[in-house]
Amino acid sequence: MNVAAKPSLDHVMPQSTEAGPVDCDIHTRVRSIEDLKPYLSAHWWHYLKTYGMRARHGFAKAPPFPKAAPNAARRDAWPPDGGFPATNLEFLRTQHLDAYGISFGIMNPLVATGQGDQNDDLSAALATATNDWQLDTFVTPEPRLRASVVVPYEDGAASAAEIRRRAGDHRYAHVLMMSRTAEPAGKRRYWPIYEAAAEAGLPIGIHVFGYSGWAGSSSGWPSFYIEEMTDHAVSCQSLVTSLVMEGVFERYPNLKVVLIESGFAWMPALGWRLDRVWARMRDEVPHVRQPPSAYLKKHFWISTQPMEEPERPEHLLDVVDWMGADRLMFASDYPHWDFDDPRFALPASLGPERRQAILSGNARALYRLG
Amino acid sequence: MSARAGVDTVGHGGVQRSEIRGPIDCDVHPTITSTRVLAPYLSDFWRDSLVERGIDSLDSISYPSDAPITARPDWRNHTDEVEQLCTQVLDRWDSQGAILNCLYGVQLVFNEDMAVAFARAVNDWIAREWLDRDSRLRASIVVPLQNVEHAVDEIERCASDRRFVQILVLASGEMPLGRRNFWPVYAAAQRHGLPIGIHAGSAYRHPVTSIGWPSYYVEDYASQSQAFQSQVASLICEGVFAKFSELKVVLLESGVTWLPGFLWRLSKFWRGLRPEVPWVDRSPLEIVRDHVRLTIQPLDAPDDPDTVRRIIDHMRSDDMLLYASDYPHWQFDGDRNMPPGIPTDLVRKIQVDNPLATYQRLNEDAP
Repeated sequence: MNVAAKPSLDHVMPQSTEAGPVDCDIHTRVRSIEDLKPYLSAHWWHYLKTYGMRARHGFAKAPPFPKAAPNAARRDAWPPDGGFPATNLEFLRTQHLDAYGISFGIMNPLVATGQGDQNDDLSAALATATNDWQLDTFVTPEPRLRASVVVPYEDGAASAAEIRRRAGDHRYAHVLMMSRTAEPAGKRRYWPIYEAAAEAGLPIGIHVFGYSGWAGSSSGWPSFYIEEMTDHAVSCQSLVTSLVMEGVFERYPNLKVVLIESGFAWMPALGWRLDRVWARMRDEVPHVRQPPSAYLKKHFWISTQPMEEPERPEHLLDVVDWMGADRLMFASDYPHWDFDDPRFALPASLGPERRQAILSGNARALYRLG
Repeated sequence: MSARAGVDTVGHGGVQRSEIRGPIDCDVHPTITSTRVLAPYLSDFWRDSLVERGIDSLDSISYPSDAPITARPDWRNHTDEVEQLCTQVLDRWDSQGAILNCLYGVQLVFNEDMAVAFARAVNDWIAREWLDRDSRLRASIVVPLQNVEHAVDEIERCASDRRFVQILVLASGEMPLGRRNFWPVYAAAQRHGLPIGIHAGSAYRHPVTSIGWPSYYVEDYASQSQAFQSQVASLICEGVFAKFSELKVVLLESGVTWLPGFLWRLSKFWRGLRPEVPWVDRSPLEIVRDHVRLTIQPLDAPDDPDTVRRIIDHMRSDDMLLYASDYPHWQFDGDRNMPPGIPTDLVRKIQVDNPLATYQRLNEDAP
């Protein structure tokens, strides 16, 4: 892949780790599956080479909807060594961490992690391998980066075991799930994940994507990538509804959930709708003791990218007012094509205090970053 | 029902006219209690089948009959539902008209021959047992989307009765509504000046969420507003409004407050991804303002009038909302049929002007 555009370092941000943004969504990835070989048993290596990963859609080597760009990446994010974007630590530092003065970056690996594979045991093996690989490849040489505890979320018990294996290791920021699970996220099969995360004091990060095995909408499969991207906000509304209505937060009152790349402008409207239907039919869900919007304000954080852009910027301020500026955390989505630049993504009209909270303060508090 | 000409107040073809120009209620629901009700409108084959095969009910789980949302307590018991609607809803709020959207589970049927038979029966039942009884009533054509040719045939069959003012489909079906497979339906709709009304509900070909089946009915109902988001994205991205420039789509019982945030996301992605859908040649925000309308019950807003005013401002259009009581569904109590906080000058637009602008056939005199 040729690099058409040179990385621009003309607008370097202050490099103070105190003030620098916390980037809640960086997509470091393996150069190839070979990177995970040292962390896999002979059986799983053989299995992977022979049968491969099988997502809950039909494509063996491609996503169901072709992306906007190769690997969904910025054209300028391909490192000079010819590898995939966000595989070369030196280039990642130069183009992103140093360029923007990022004080901490949370890695959410999406490639070859095995999440949502049809084979739960393969998922578990790849999750463990990915978690070790993140430390060795990125966190140890670059302490500004934090890892995710990737879990094989369709298997609650195996996920809980993986979380307990990593509990207390502050190099991990949160537990990582994908948004499109095989059943709604509040269902009991996932509760062991929430129990182990709450016990370890780790938030649950839920990044959009994953393939549930169900169609991408309640009316079947859409045709286009633009619909898939839009529908992620839709499926996240369903997962928030499920977590609330199943009573997950009554059972695990300390559980914290971070929604990543889902957008956030839908959150107030969802809260109003859920409050209404709960008030009308709370006899069906007596275990939900508070109005749903109260759980949203207490248990959920949302990353900003892709930042919603109303025609009138002041409308976004209304949304921030309704949900609370303490719920939002900046994310760039580096190296993906829809990257948000920390200098420009947040509207200036938020004012310096709220901007700073969203750029770094909220994430520092939630993730207990030094 | 013409606002220009006034309104009949004494039944079908009546001669007394008043100058009352009350609201037009764009979403009311007649109830079919059993397939037996439809027997007179079915062919011999299907009438026999009701008995031979014990086909008693096509009720959908979208509205369990005793669930609170399904009927307001004071609208539950009646001896004559037509009379109840006309007195307790239309007379009560001086409505000059109402559009009947029948939610009997015809769209759920797997056998496409059976689906068309029951769709025809439902439409004929509405015409005879509702529209003939009160000249303020209008209706949507229930279509069997299981087979697009059948759906178009049913539109053609009913469209000559000018009291049918819309085509009715559900928010969740077998395929996204923008798919080209359905375009003959939109061609027929545009040809006859009939908006496509998309109502909350599912044919349950897929789970009501894209992450599988939830546990509770309250989740099913809540998820309906999500189904509408996917459908609006589908209609826009497939190019339905580029192809059918006159087409109007009405979202019925969709909730409203999700719309601005949804459009901000879709429009931002459109700026980045428009090479994938080059026929979408302007922002989805503009397309929706021109082509999509929503009924106001439920609004899904807090009771605080100031918040409602801010939400209305986010819509950036006075043309999109249509008055509805959602009879007999329990969206509000007493006479609070308009959400608090709607600006006064917008009330008349929502109640009268916007429905008349959306439904061409409402501007015609009663037949």
